[in-house]
Amino acid sequence: MAAVQETIDHVKSIDVDQYKYGFVTDIESELAPKGLNEDIIRFISAKKDEPEWMLNWRLDAFQRWKTMEEPEWARVNYPKIDFEDLHYYAAPKTQEGPKSLDEVDPELLETYKKLGIPLSEQEVLAGIAPENRVAVDAVFDSVSVATTFKEELAKAGVIFCPISEAIREHPELVQKYLGSVVPVSDNFYATLNSAVFSDGSFVYIPEGVRCPMELSTYFRINERNTGQFERTLIIAEKGSYVSYLEGCTAPQRDENQLHAAVVELVAHEDAEIKYSTVQNWFPGDSEGKGGIYNFVTKRGDCRGANSKIAWTQVETGSAITWKYPSCILRGDNSVGEFYSIAISNGHQQVDSGTKMIHLGKNTSSRIISKGISAGVSQNTYRGQVSAHRKAKNARNFTQCDSLLIGDKCGAHTVPYIESKNATAVFEHEATTSKISDDQMFYCQARGLNEEEAVALIVNGFVRDVIQQLPMEFAVEAQKLINISLEGSVG
Amino acid sequence: MLEIKNLHAEVEGNQILRGIDLTVKPGEVHAIMGPNGSGKSTLSYILAGKEDYEITEGSITYNGVDMLELSADERAVAGMFLAFQYPIEIPGVATMTFLKTALNAQRAARGEEELSTPDFMKLVREKSKDLKVTPEMLRRPLNVGFSGGEKKRAEILQMALLEPTLCILDETDSGLDIDALRIVSEGVNQLRSPERSMIVITHYQRLLDHIVPDVVHVLSKGKIVKTGGKELALELEANGYADYVGEEA
Ligand SMILES: Nc1ncnc2c1ncn2[C@@H]1O[C@H](COP(=O)(O)OP(=O)(O)OP(=O)(O)O)[C@@H](O)[C@H]1O
Ligand SMILES: [Mg+2]
Repeated sequence: MAAVQETIDHVKSIDVDQYKYGFVTDIESELAPKGLNEDIIRFISAKKDEPEWMLNWRLDAFQRWKTMEEPEWARVNYPKIDFEDLHYYAAPKTQEGPKSLDEVDPELLETYKKLGIPLSEQEVLAGIAPENRVAVDAVFDSVSVATTFKEELAKAGVIFCPISEAIREHPELVQKYLGSVVPVSDNFYATLNSAVFSDGSFVYIPEGVRCPMELSTYFRINERNTGQFERTLIIAEKGSYVSYLEGCTAPQRDENQLHAAVVELVAHEDAEIKYSTVQNWFPGDSEGKGGIYNFVTKRGDCRGANSKIAWTQVETGSAITWKYPSCILRGDNSVGEFYSIAISNGHQQVDSGTKMIHLGKNTSSRIISKGISAGVSQNTYRGQVSAHRKAKNARNFTQCDSLLIGDKCGAHTVPYIESKNATAVFEHEATTSKISDDQMFYCQARGLNEEEAVALIVNGFVRDVIQQLPMEFAVEAQKLINISLEGSVG
Repeated sequence: MLEIKNLHAEVEGNQILRGIDLTVKPGEVHAIMGPNGSGKSTLSYILAGKEDYEITEGSITYNGVDMLELSADERAVAGMFLAFQYPIEIPGVATMTFLKTALNAQRAARGEEELSTPDFMKLVREKSKDLKVTPEMLRRPLNVGFSGGEKKRAEILQMALLEPTLCILDETDSGLDIDALRIVSEGVNQLRSPERSMIVITHYQRLLDHIVPDVVHVLSKGKIVKTGGKELALELEANGYADYVGEEA
């Protein structure tokens, strides 16, 4: 037992304070006063120069939100959030949406550089072959500060811009799709988001277009006591394809910060959307102080026949994660996939999973979930698979594996399965394992130190999911996994 | 040079090794034989640094360094290698990845530069060809679903790549078919050199036909009860352990 015990001790002693992205950018910002009321919503809407319909949509959401209760069914514990004690809007003061990269505050460019995300197109172009280029939308607190490769994408007819811009420039698209996947009153956090969402990305891929590069958004929470409520909307028209990446970091702060995002995806006939997330919000320190509360609603609608939506997520950060990227398989023969790695360490609490709602005929879904718990963390997979009356021949395969490091953490699997069609076939497999002393000894006998041994075994455990990530992201994710389980050996 | 002196070890209160003295000089090959349960694997695990055992008396030094002060990985870096009697499965980790990680971990620990991927690939191809380890096997997760013989060949492949100076082979012959026995033995023999020491644990003379030992020991109930030349193994093959096991009782 000794070898593993030591690993456990090391992992336990992990100073989460080594969180690499914990720096704060010193930048003057404009803050809305704390608290939430109609005036704040009008303020946000005015800041974004929104049309009347958008303001009314927000106000309507706010009215509904006031009647709602915070959900309590998830396996997470946290002190009650005081929604009056938050800023609902924060923006770098120097600008109101830059026209070009030249106008972006150098401090901000520097921040993203530190995060490993070059926003200068020249820099990106210098090192990378065209097919490997990634267009980036960078969201800093409540506003999008830069979007790269916009022109090149526009040539292909692709719209990739901050959602605040889309509301002004493409109102017909936004009005048609916003809230069509996640209705305004879907759940407490989604409704809150609908009232106060600040920025996020908007993507529109026209019929028959294969998006010429990966699109990505990097979210960064900088300001203290600020909620980040981003809103992302992706529409893939008939026969189109897009791969979208999302990355998140936040500075290290003693107090908790709230992040309540909504992501809506719409895939029309024969369209495919691949949505990947590497979430590395600040998880809190070794005592469990601080960290992001991450309450996210992500849902994809396979609206057309033969459409496909795949969610891949690597979740290593946040103090609390409450997140269930889901697929509504409405179109016949549509396909939904969910690949997830959720790592919890220290005092982190993760309650995450997916929903696959089979509505159409011959729809199929696949769920591969890998949960890794260390420290005194709790990691819950919560998944729902349902087939409605008309979902003839619906198929689901669920594989849900948990790996425990140490004996102070917990892994839980909560599958809900519901079938109203006799021809539906749902398979569910679940395993829970520990890194064994024998595996540790074997690796160490080959010269790997404890950290390297844990990292290797964990990387083996998550391999199925890593393989689903776009190449560059896979490397990043692997590094992140190693960092988040790093002990302080020596 | 490996020096084991008066080694006593127990696990969960059971005395398993009861005073082992053994010196293996560079270039020597020592065979250890002995009945089931006599403590052969225990000795090999203790040498490699497994922590389940309590060393109640005695010492182990290798090239003058106190091995009992080192962790398993540090011993590996110091040149020790154990080919396991029962190799462990590492799910999801391709054999190739494992080999590369191990080799580079050792190199890094010794302050050497990491081997580049092309150089590493070349090296693996070369070594695996000798041991008839197929590229397909290298892509599979280490030891997962490997047959008994494949596992043993993978162990020797690791040994060939890591080039340890002290090789401990625990029943590497068990589970091998006749051809594999020859292939593996050739692999081991290729590694024989004036600088390298080997401890070969086995039940059967057939392995020692291929890997000819300089010294043969008989281990019984946690003690070396007889030491001789290679002819001792032949004698054991003919007469069994009765003569020696009795002595100790
Ligand atoms: N963890 C343990 N707990 C209790 N007893 C143990 C433990 N490990 C080993 N033993 C005992 O120690 C003795 C020696 O075991 P060991 O595996 O070293 O024998 P061996 O000589 O390698 O045998 P074989 O030839 O069958 O491989 C056995 O009686 C075994 O049951
Ligand atoms: Mg044995």
